[in-house]
Amino acid sequence: MAYNGHQREDEASDDGETPTKQLRSVKEMPGYLRNDTENEAATPGGSATSDRPTSNSTARHRMDSGKKSRPPFPWFGMDIGGTLVKLVYFEPKDITAEEEQEEVENLKSIRRYLTSNIAYGKTGIRDVHLELQDLTMCGRTGNLHFIRFPTHDLPAFLQMGRNKHFSSLHTTLCATGGGAYKFESDFRTMADLQLHKLDELDCLIRGVLYIDSVVSSGPSECYYFENPTDPERCVQRPYTLENPYPLLLVNIGSGVSILAVYSENNYKRVTGTSLGGGTFLGLCCLLTGCSTFEEALEMASQGESTRVDKLVRDIYGGDYERFGLPGWAVASSFGNMMFKEKRESVSKEDLARATLVTITNNIGSITRMCALNEKIERVVFVGNFLRVNTLSMKLLAYAMDYWSKGQLKALFLRHEGYFGAVGALLELLNPS
Amino acid sequence: QSEAGTAGSSHSMDKSITLPPDEIFRNLENAKRFAIDIGGSLTKLAYYSTVQHKVAKVRSFDHTAKEVPSDKLYEISVQEEITARLHFIKFENAYIETCLDFIKDHLVNTETKVIKATGGGAHKFKDLIEKKLGLKVDKEDEMTCLIKGCNFVLKNIPHEAFVYAKHADSEFRFQNTHPDIFPYLLVNIGSGVSIVKVESEDKFERIGGSSIGGGTFWGLGALLTKTKRFDELLQLASKGQHTSVDMLVKDIYGGSYGSLGLTGDLIASSFGKSATADKDFSKEDMAKSLLHMISNDIGQLACLYAKLHNLSRVYFGGFFIRGHPVTMHTITYSINFFTKGEVQALFLRHEGYLGAIGAFLKGAEEDNPNQYSWGENYAGSSGLMSVSPDINPMQRARSGTFDMLEMDRLERQLVNLPLLQDASSYIPDTVDLTEDALAREYWLSCFEEALDGVVKRAVASQPDIPEAAERAEKFRQKYRHKLQTLRHQPFAYGSLTVRSLLDTREHCLNEFNFPDPYSKIKQRENDVALKYYQKAVKSLEELSWEERQFALVRVELTAGPFCEQLERPWLVDAYDQWIERLKGPPHKCALFFVDNSGMDIILGVMPFVRELLCRGTEVVLASNSGPALNDVTNGELQILTERIAAMDPVIQSGLKEDRLTLVQSGSSSPCLDLRLVSRQLTWQLLPSDILWSFVPQSSKTISSFVFFPLPFPSRLDKVLAMVVRERQTDLVIIEGMGRAIHTNYYAMLTCESLKMAVIKNSWLADRLGGKLFSVVFKYEDPTRKPSKDTVALTPS
Repeated sequence: MAYNGHQREDEASDDGETPTKQLRSVKEMPGYLRNDTENEAATPGGSATSDRPTSNSTARHRMDSGKKSRPPFPWFGMDIGGTLVKLVYFEPKDITAEEEQEEVENLKSIRRYLTSNIAYGKTGIRDVHLELQDLTMCGRTGNLHFIRFPTHDLPAFLQMGRNKHFSSLHTTLCATGGGAYKFESDFRTMADLQLHKLDELDCLIRGVLYIDSVVSSGPSECYYFENPTDPERCVQRPYTLENPYPLLLVNIGSGVSILAVYSENNYKRVTGTSLGGGTFLGLCCLLTGCSTFEEALEMASQGESTRVDKLVRDIYGGDYERFGLPGWAVASSFGNMMFKEKRESVSKEDLARATLVTITNNIGSITRMCALNEKIERVVFVGNFLRVNTLSMKLLAYAMDYWSKGQLKALFLRHEGYFGAVGALLELLNPS
Repeated sequence: QSEAGTAGSSHSMDKSITLPPDEIFRNLENAKRFAIDIGGSLTKLAYYSTVQHKVAKVRSFDHTAKEVPSDKLYEISVQEEITARLHFIKFENAYIETCLDFIKDHLVNTETKVIKATGGGAHKFKDLIEKKLGLKVDKEDEMTCLIKGCNFVLKNIPHEAFVYAKHADSEFRFQNTHPDIFPYLLVNIGSGVSIVKVESEDKFERIGGSSIGGGTFWGLGALLTKTKRFDELLQLASKGQHTSVDMLVKDIYGGSYGSLGLTGDLIASSFGKSATADKDFSKEDMAKSLLHMISNDIGQLACLYAKLHNLSRVYFGGFFIRGHPVTMHTITYSINFFTKGEVQALFLRHEGYLGAIGAFLKGAEEDNPNQYSWGENYAGSSGLMSVSPDINPMQRARSGTFDMLEMDRLERQLVNLPLLQDASSYIPDTVDLTEDALAREYWLSCFEEALDGVVKRAVASQPDIPEAAERAEKFRQKYRHKLQTLRHQPFAYGSLTVRSLLDTREHCLNEFNFPDPYSKIKQRENDVALKYYQKAVKSLEELSWEERQFALVRVELTAGPFCEQLERPWLVDAYDQWIERLKGPPHKCALFFVDNSGMDIILGVMPFVRELLCRGTEVVLASNSGPALNDVTNGELQILTERIAAMDPVIQSGLKEDRLTLVQSGSSSPCLDLRLVSRQLTWQLLPSDILWSFVPQSSKTISSFVFFPLPFPSRLDKVLAMVVRERQTDLVIIEGMGRAIHTNYYAMLTCESLKMAVIKNSWLADRLGGKLFSVVFKYEDPTRKPSKDTVALTPS
């Protein structure tokens, strides 16, 4: 079920599996453990978040910096969801010669492996287009990389971590998502790694707010669709999320969580639904025999849902005026499939399209009700269901606008599914 | 057209009618005003008819005239009365042509020109209906009809709405009729979902909906499982395991998501595990997952709308629900989950008829049916049939062919007793036989064994009519069938109670024209008892005040000669508090629910009334409007009171000064005579009491005991309610095992109340932890702390 559309069978994976020197890592182990402890003890006092001047870099001995405010490299943030593992990796670009010299072989190897490839193993993908360059985090400047792979390939990932002696680096691996809990013992036993587990909603919100605040150049992080009800004139436009609160944050992963956010630290999970990205893909696999998200989306883009769904006009011949229902509205999703001859006349593409429309509209409908109940007018949709899924985004934009008579605005973020992982990384750099 | 999808329909449908049509389309010759609701697979036909009933009337003889006939007190005559009835018949669309032909052949009334029609199938059958019946089809908006029908059943049918609890002792928990049914939310789950907010009789709004509904379950289910029929899909779903298809919270977290309170078994992503090409899933599992997905989604949206509009009553209907335990369960689960139990999912017994009822009401607006009260006729209505394939295949097959609902127009408008502390939570019946399986078993057997006696009594009451025996036999079959149905489906007519068993029997008796089998017995008893009235009053007068109060209570309790068994302390004994109260200022007005004819009313109730009048308390005597076994009816009581007034100046002046008033209770609910009860009920006569030694033995056997409840209707006659209010009633007296034990034992009133009874049934006495003939004397004053003597009458 991998999201492996960009799969690239190259040497990179074999390269990655190459064992590296073990001696050194074993030797360093105690020191780093101690360091970690001190680091943690220091955090409640309030560690610096401000960027340190680069002039300090000479003094930036790894152990020293660790003692003060900065954790040792590598810096990872991880979000282990029901379907996908999202990994963000900060690649420092301001490494001094001294650092370069001191950098342990393992660390170097990991850095090179991650940054020189865009595909890992059979299913790991680096979303190059999302990479954030020249980003300053915790006083260091570098590039933020966004990597994903299916959750069911986590064992392979752990095996790789073991092979690369990741544990010897004694970095704190901040992880969120359900998998941080489910696979905690696997991390320990398979890769000798201790996870620092974080709440996924805390991370999500932190990640959203952070990314939105740091992206200044290139394509705008936040955008919306102008004229969502007019397909001819519907265009993507940048949006400035300056004064974001209150906002409704809808995270569409395998399932859906809906959060009302009043400030960075004040939010509540309003509700959720089990009809999410996993449902779309799961039903598509059963109905069409496809096996990947990309395949399912491709089919959906070529299908026609009105052959599958029963529309208001199919029942009333036109609009149901008494209740203000337009004829084109779906009266019953998959409603035409009650009839044998119609079941026989639809294509797999039609079914994929209907599944996408059904799931998307339902999310839109629940979101709209939550917005009304919470009296919030701005809705931000995130999550990997929206990845390369303009169809759903436009549908959501349309639904929000049409059914609220223009009251609700649907907003989207470029880094869709990575905010949880970003939030986890932020927790590593700046424990809350 | 879709595959016919209702439960119970067979694959090879027999288009001929399997039941005699004249038992289905009853009373067609008097029918007028038709309405029809044609859905995707079921047709619901509605019409109005007038029914000729025999009713028993009493008329006082003119005792001043010369020709005083024999020694009879009053004369009894049987008269014809015409009452109104609503008929609703539900059948599969496949039968529609046969049914229309039958109706055409039997339709005499030529006034009818139009048939109101609603439902998705109405246009499809328009030409056929117009051709066959010669009536013009007049289409009505579906939603309007649905709401009108819903309002009507909620207002008129007690126990219409229920909560479904799959794992409870009784699956169906019927709701008390709320005095004000508005506002509410109706979630209609047809192929799609409509969510309607109903604020008043005429004001409703479709506030939302969803395209994920019954059609999605059916359509998507058919694609996934290659199973074509809706009920088969439901059956598949009931056998499946959704956990193999759905991704649960624990599949992601390894356990629960504690900080959000999401347990591990919650579905995180519906069909989340089927996102793979290399695994097969069973039809059952996929159907189950689909059912959960759709039910949860509908439940969630319903909750969001209920919250937004601040509504707590949410009714679910539509073909997705229609009596299917599977969907009622999943919807209930979803509502509980999303509202954390704050909102209950409510379902309706007659949900399938709403559209037809509404369309009918639309057409009958000039008759203004909403100004009357209507009651479900248990004799003519099929009752709620479980469509669960596992339960009683016989019933299931029947529900698949023809289902009927009949409602009678009640002669009087009924309202709540104004003295109830909380009318919305008042439950008349002490024991719900739907929940209490042991009690149910006992009472059902009891009624079955008593049936022979009832039949004999019915025949004997009409000695001059030769075909009475045949009718009585039909009655026997009908009632026996009802009892059998109730054995399998105790929830068929709402909560099963001793009261509803009696009501059903009364409806069946009426159905076969036995309006008052006890009229002559009552007449004789009253006659005898009257002769002893003065003697009884005199012996009471001779007692001291304290002695007299006790004697009055004893007489009340027994209406006959009990002795040792009445020794105190009683099982529930608030006698001291009562006497203390009597030593205080008199009550302003007492409302007295009377019970039996004969000794009970004349020698038990009247002396008590007399004492109250003497104390300066006004008395309102409430008696049944219509006959029911040996209950004294309002007509009889008027004559009796006049006769007593002629002998007793206290009663006389009470009547004259309007301090003693007779009102109708509005009820025609039955009681049962001793002699018609099975031998299982080991009721006995007891040695005579000194006080009552002058009462001839023969009359004691006739009317002394009421072992069955006189239903204390939660809905009472409007006039009674008015009188109660005007007179500032501050005491309610309820007497007899039926009224004070079977019903109303827990009734909380806003004024003082006195509930008195002797437990005269060994089975019940045993169950209550008392002995046979234990006395319950419950005096309650809402301004004081509750008496500690209260015994819980439901087994622990």
